Amino acid sequence: MASECSLGSEESLTVAMSRNRVSYTLESTLETVNSAEATASQMATEAGFDDDDVMKISMAVREAAVNAVLHGNAYDPSKKVTLAFERTGRDLVITIRDQGKGIDLTAIPDPLAPENLLKTSGRGIFLIRSFMDEVEIHPSQAGTEIKLIKHVHGSAAGGKEASQ
Amino acid sequence: MTMKASTRQVDGVTIVDLSGRITLGEGSVILRDTVRDLIGKGNKKILLNLGDVNYIDSSGIGELVSAFTTVRNQGGDLKLLKLTKKVHDLLQITKLYTVFDVKDDEAAAVKAFGR
Repeated sequence: MASECSLGSEESLTVAMSRNRVSYTLESTLETVNSAEATASQMATEAGFDDDDVMKISMAVREAAVNAVLHGNAYDPSKKVTLAFERTGRDLVITIRDQGKGIDLTAIPDPLAPENLLKTSGRGIFLIRSFMDEVEIHPSQAGTEIKLIKHVHGSAAGGKEASQ
Repeated sequence: MTMKASTRQVDGVTIVDLSGRITLGEGSVILRDTVRDLIGKGNKKILLNLGDVNYIDSSGIGELVSAFTTVRNQGGDLKLLKLTKKVHDLLQITKLYTVFDVKDDEAAAVKAFGR
């Protein structure tokens, strides 16, 4: 059964909760980024992840939220960011959606290439892939949706294999 | 939660003691402004003490890279001191650990700048 509740922060627009799923619609602000990170840390801790994994999950969510707020919605107050946290039997699944133009994945250079090492940006997606077990990115003209998955018991190979 | 930066001089080297989080927003701005201010005053040997920095995001990493290249472009040198495990691991996976000159001992780090 869905219900409404308060996130306790001003940037929260709507919150939808069910037993294993909670979603938020938030403004395109830095506060949203911090809120997403804090919520991810809390959810990951409650899911039983160790401190190292909690840090990785919260950092991946932070990076995805930064992408949504900064690169996707470009701080546009008319555009919102939707965050959803879901506990399944074996996974913690976090979905972040923006209302931007849709990320061009082919335009993201490899941050580990020697010619890119001294670039001051472009590491967010790489870090997300490094820290999570599975990452799905779905860009469209209506925005970008990124799904981050961490296996609760860590039975699958670590997320570092996803990096390149 | 927020970052703090204070500077001190040791044998011609400016040591910047940083604490907190270097992330998008205030943390990155403080680091950027601190380094720019030092360069503007002619301080070209800069040692960033990250011993009390417990968190850096990709924006913070970018700011460290920016500080490094800015100082180098001015003919100076920037080194890192006392990385926490989290920051160390982050620089490892981004392959920046070999780009930065990272030291664990302050006296040795100061000496490494030369005269």
